[in-house]
Amino acid sequence: MNMDRFGGPEGFRFPDVSDFRPPPGSGRLILIAVGALASLVLLWSSFYQVEPEEVGLVLRFGRHVRTTEPGLSLKIPLAEGVVKVPVQRQLKQELGFRTILPGVRGQVTDPEEFKGESVMLTGDLNVAVVEWIVQYRVSDPYRFLFKVRGLEETFRSLNEAVMRGVVGDRTVTEVLTVGRQEIETTAQQKLQELCEQYETGITVAQVVLQDVNPPDAVKPSWDEVNQAQQQRDRMINEARAEYNKVIPRSSGEAQQTILSAEGYALDRVNRSQGDAARFKALQEAYRTAPEVTRQRIYLETMARVLPRVGGKVFLDRNAQGLLPLLPLNNLTGAIAGDPAVKGPGGSK
Amino acid sequence: MKNPKFVTIGGAALGLLAVLLGSVYVIDETQQVIITQFGEPVGQPVTTPGLHFKIPFVQNANYFDKRFLEWDGSPNQIPTKDKRFIWVDSYARWRIADPLLFFQRLRDERGAHSRLDDILDGETLNAIARNNLVEAVRTTNRDPANVPVETEEETSVLETIQLGRLALTRQILATTAPRVKEFGIELMDFQFKRINYVDQVQNDVFQRMIAERKRVAERFRSEGAGEAARISGERERDLQRIQSEAYRTAQETRGKADAQATRIYAEAHNRDAAFYAFTKSMEAYEASVDAKTILILTTSGELLKYLERPR
Repeated sequence: MNMDRFGGPEGFRFPDVSDFRPPPGSGRLILIAVGALASLVLLWSSFYQVEPEEVGLVLRFGRHVRTTEPGLSLKIPLAEGVVKVPVQRQLKQELGFRTILPGVRGQVTDPEEFKGESVMLTGDLNVAVVEWIVQYRVSDPYRFLFKVRGLEETFRSLNEAVMRGVVGDRTVTEVLTVGRQEIETTAQQKLQELCEQYETGITVAQVVLQDVNPPDAVKPSWDEVNQAQQQRDRMINEARAEYNKVIPRSSGEAQQTILSAEGYALDRVNRSQGDAARFKALQEAYRTAPEVTRQRIYLETMARVLPRVGGKVFLDRNAQGLLPLLPLNNLTGAIAGDPAVKGPGGSK
Repeated sequence: MKNPKFVTIGGAALGLLAVLLGSVYVIDETQQVIITQFGEPVGQPVTTPGLHFKIPFVQNANYFDKRFLEWDGSPNQIPTKDKRFIWVDSYARWRIADPLLFFQRLRDERGAHSRLDDILDGETLNAIARNNLVEAVRTTNRDPANVPVETEEETSVLETIQLGRLALTRQILATTAPRVKEFGIELMDFQFKRINYVDQVQNDVFQRMIAERKRVAERFRSEGAGEAARISGERERDLQRIQSEAYRTAQETRGKADAQATRIYAEAHNRDAAFYAFTKSMEAYEASVDAKTILILTTSGELLKYLERPR
């Protein structure tokens, strides 16, 4: 009497009763034992457990009758079955690549392998290689289970069509450089619309672009553009640096020139004012006794000047013819240096 | 088995079970059923899920899917109106809307697929061949102002389209939907999944992309050189300006000061020009005379007149 083959709910094992020998003439006892076992099986199959991230959909003869929340619940044995859907879990699909080994440095497939998914035409009829992931949740488990056949594949096709539509409306430059964010949001929006239309029961959480590249054959020329861009920036920066090296310095120097001229001006004006003041004062004093003052100044000046003069020749008023005969050369020889003859105009 | 009564009862029970099992059938949420009697459909299709009854042995339950089903076209190589060869890979979603009609005309999904292949592939070919490539790639005409361009010389790189991807697929859907309706099929959506160049066209496109990139790169380099030259010129100009402005300001300042000084002197000296000449001369004598000077003085001068004879 091996009852293992009867099976039962998952994980349940009937007690091994193969060694059990019924006592002779105890038919009633066997009936009771069978009845007890049967009711145990029924009891066991009327319970089911729904995990925290799931909901359970109860089907009675294939018909959806109710949806249950996480926890332990009851169902009619034999007539009802349960399908569990992880509605809380964030699900993910990868397009244009597959992760082989998830981890900190996740290992991904050779990009060549999924070229079919990733290569697409851009709006200016160029080619871009786009890899992206889509994260989604099951928001309507009923639709998710019963409305679309091959949902996984359908969702993948939807993704491909939507992404190609979005990329097809943009230039290759936009796709590869500035347009990423916008492509993500637009794709998510359109994908969500189609998911509603297809009654998939899926809510798209996020579309995230991964590697977006030009085709391999074109890559070097893209790099060249980047390089040229940097070259341009460098040339401009260098010219700016040269400008900054020269201009502030020359500004300072200009300031110096101006300030020095201002110094000159101050000097000039102050001195002239000083000179003028001195002259005025002198003139004022002079006016009171012009004749004698002039004479005094003259004589005083001469008294100061004459001692410093190297050679002095006094001529009598009447010896006028004598001048041409003077041995000027000897005279100068007596004095060192160049001869310089100064004749004071004298005053009257 | 000595008791024939026991056998009879057992047989009857088995028969009853068979009849019972033959008279019920289960439809789940994804299915719909056509009941046939000796191969002939009877009554309306049964679409509500759950437990149902039929006449055992005589009637048969034929199951059909109620869900949206996939149709994935095989990639086709099609020339566009502007003579570009491309691969077009499309897909459609459909469902069995009228299982009775479907059952009568096509029997099963395999038949349906072959019809869908014929009709959809044909329409795709027509639509692509009648239009330029850009119509199948682009969806909308964007405002050129919103399309970022790398260099200002390109005003717009996106051609204007007449129909676009969405309109093309809608067109295909509109022409094919009535044709498959007579098979009990409802065509729900049609999309171009993939559009790619065939290999040799792809090479030309790559060459074009490379040439275009090179052009942009040259443009950047030339922009850099031009901008650098401009900045360098600016530097020259600013340098000259700063220096000459400083010179001008300095000269103006000096000139003003000179003028002012001249005015001050003139104003002072004008009080007594003769006295000024006298004092200035005195200063000049004092400044110009040194040890090398030879003075020849006559006694007729003011200084020595007393040397001759005191008067």
